[in-house]
Amino acid sequence: MKRRKEEIPLWQSKGYLPAERVNLPPGERMLEGPVAVIECPQRIPCDPCEESCPVGAIHMEDINGVPTVDTEKCTGCSICVENCPGLAIFTLDCSMEGGCEVTLPYEFKLPEIGEEVSALNRKGEEVTKARVKKIKTKENSSGDTSTVTIEIPEEYVKEVRNIRRMK
Amino acid sequence: MRIDDHPILSFPETDTVTFTYEGKEIAAKKGETIAAALHNEGIIELRRSGDKQRPRGLFCAIGKCSSCLMKVDGVPNVRTCITMASEGMRVEKQNGFPELPREVNDLKPGSIDTAEPDLLVVGGGPAGLKSGLVAAEAGADVIIVDENPFLGGQLIKQTHKFFGSSEQEAGIRGVDIGEELVERVERHKNIKSMTSTSSVGIYEDTVGVYKNMSHFQKINPRKTIIATGATEDMITFPNNDLPGIYGAGGVQTLMNVYGVKPGEKVVMVGAGNVGLIVSYQLLQAGVDVEAIVEIAPRIGGYFVHAAKLRRFGVPILTGHRVLEVEGKERVEKVKVAETNGSGGIVQGSVVDYEVDILALAVGLSPSYKLLGHAGCELQFQPQLGGYVPTRNERMETTVGGLYVAGDAAGIEEATSALLEGTIAGADVGLKIGEGGKAEEDLINDSQEKLSRLRAGPFYRDLRESLKEVGV
Ligand SMILES: Cc1cc2nc3c(=O)[nH]c(=O)nc-3n(C[C@H](O)[C@H](O)[C@H](O)COP(=O)(O)OP(=O)(O)OC[C@H]3O[C@@H](n4cnc5c(N)ncnc54)[C@H](O)[C@@H]3O)c2cc1C
Ligand code: SF4
Ligand code: SF4
Repeated sequence: MKRRKEEIPLWQSKGYLPAERVNLPPGERMLEGPVAVIECPQRIPCDPCEESCPVGAIHMEDINGVPTVDTEKCTGCSICVENCPGLAIFTLDCSMEGGCEVTLPYEFKLPEIGEEVSALNRKGEEVTKARVKKIKTKENSSGDTSTVTIEIPEEYVKEVRNIRRMK
Repeated sequence: MRIDDHPILSFPETDTVTFTYEGKEIAAKKGETIAAALHNEGIIELRRSGDKQRPRGLFCAIGKCSSCLMKVDGVPNVRTCITMASEGMRVEKQNGFPELPREVNDLKPGSIDTAEPDLLVVGGGPAGLKSGLVAAEAGADVIIVDENPFLGGQLIKQTHKFFGSSEQEAGIRGVDIGEELVERVERHKNIKSMTSTSSVGIYEDTVGVYKNMSHFQKINPRKTIIATGATEDMITFPNNDLPGIYGAGGVQTLMNVYGVKPGEKVVMVGAGNVGLIVSYQLLQAGVDVEAIVEIAPRIGGYFVHAAKLRRFGVPILTGHRVLEVEGKERVEKVKVAETNGSGGIVQGSVVDYEVDILALAVGLSPSYKLLGHAGCELQFQPQLGGYVPTRNERMETTVGGLYVAGDAAGIEEATSALLEGTIAGADVGLKIGEGGKAEEDLINDSQEKLSRLRAGPFYRDLRESLKEVGV
């Protein structure tokens, strides 16, 4: 008899989370204002997200646990985004008219405010263009990582997790 | 080419020194090694092999392999990756097996100095520095030797923020942890550190060290800690010796210590943490990462490291391997294919990547040679990376007074290297310094932290191997 090949989840073989594996905050919560989404599905020895959150909204069982966000407690302050060494946390905010803001950690040459950039999905493919709304430099960040906030059309908020400068 | 704009690091302007390579003048930054300066000029072929006259370049960049040997001021077999360039130096490509010069004064032994510290630490990475500091705090007088031109070992190259527990150094960049440690060591009045100094042998009660490849010295310490770190592994495929094939750590040293861009386009082999982290650092240095090739069906490193690369469009090809490299004098093309699960490749899956670097992150092996020389009992433990010494839970080997710490005791990570260093240093402090309760507490606390660190699923096999070696 032929042995069945062991199924390996996509995130382990390809290195990205398929959208259905992401614990996205409820849509109504994103309409109320910024809220964190953590894309860290693996049991690794790491806890700065939990430790850095000023309101105790991030929970993990022990240092090897998988972190989860209490979206009711979370204020969307992005402190965890700045502190996570895995650059695995983003904040999403759909409270403005006609679009959403995504705040992402960024350790490359920073764009300018107002610059148009490519908005990329988890595989690095451009899904739309975006405008840079806010920048927090490494020096001003609570965790030594700069963050960039971009504005995108609402339908891409589940997908956009990175930017690429166009020039 | 120099990296001028880096998102994390800055490379300050320094004075330049001028040396000659095959008669041509080369400008180097002060404090830079010969190999880094040549690399910056695009000179990556450093010697020709003995039998077949094949071109060779550097591989490890930290003095652990023999790939970068050149003739310097008439002396052959100089490891140019750890030898600092100096004004007026004469550097020549080495051909085959050179004859040893008989008339070079530097090779004649003069009078031999002897030092008698309480503790000698061999290796100035996180394990060695920490052990020296802890012992010095307990009143021991300490000498730390390191064969690289700088202290800090692998730690000072790591531009990413560390994982682990916030109680320890999680969330802080390795390079910052390293710099702080080096500063504390350099300030400590009980510690003398000697860089560019290789320990070449351990005899009955003497350790031989060689400073600046010219001055031999004997050190007779009461205790010795071996914290020599690890060596990068190689894999076999046709042309795996061409210049342009580097260890991932070698690439990391070039770009993050010396600020030299290792090339323009790279294929990385290995999707463990080292391969993933160095690939990301290559992107930060402005190098294109064309693909990460991994023979296993799943990514071995942390998912979050992989996700950072995927978001920039870097493909991670699991179930793939390098077939061969092509190039006349240096890497020009890498052939990659999908494996079929039974040793062969999937027909029609071969892809050619036109790149100038192939970086290998295929594993590390503990640098155990000095421990073997000293007569320690060694065991082969694949989960720990290869040969490692048997030791007790305070890191003392089967040779009394000889300790081990860090990657040399088994490949783990910087946090465990620091903790093992603390344990070894504190035990030395207890035995020879004025150490007491504080040191006992440090040992207990570090042992507890180590077992918590090693508790997760990533460390299951490691825990088993550690039991076998005595921990
Ligand atoms: C790319 C990469 C990424 C990593 N990422 C992480 C991470 O995210 N988190 C983490 O915790 N760890 C990480 N690590 C691992 C960590 O850097 C190592 O585990 C740690 O540096 C080991 O410390 P060490 O002191 O044992 O050895 P090293 O840092 O390797 O230092 C050994 C020193 O000994 C010197 N030496 C060797 N032989 C001699 C001799 N005969 N005479 C004199 N001197 C000698 C060498 O020059 C070297 O400076 C990473 C490693 C690499 C390569
Ligand atoms: S965004 Fe702020 S409040 Fe929300 S989880 Fe992160 S740190 Fe906590
Ligand atoms: S800090 Fe980041 S990488 Fe670490 S557990 Fe939290 S989300 Fe994961």
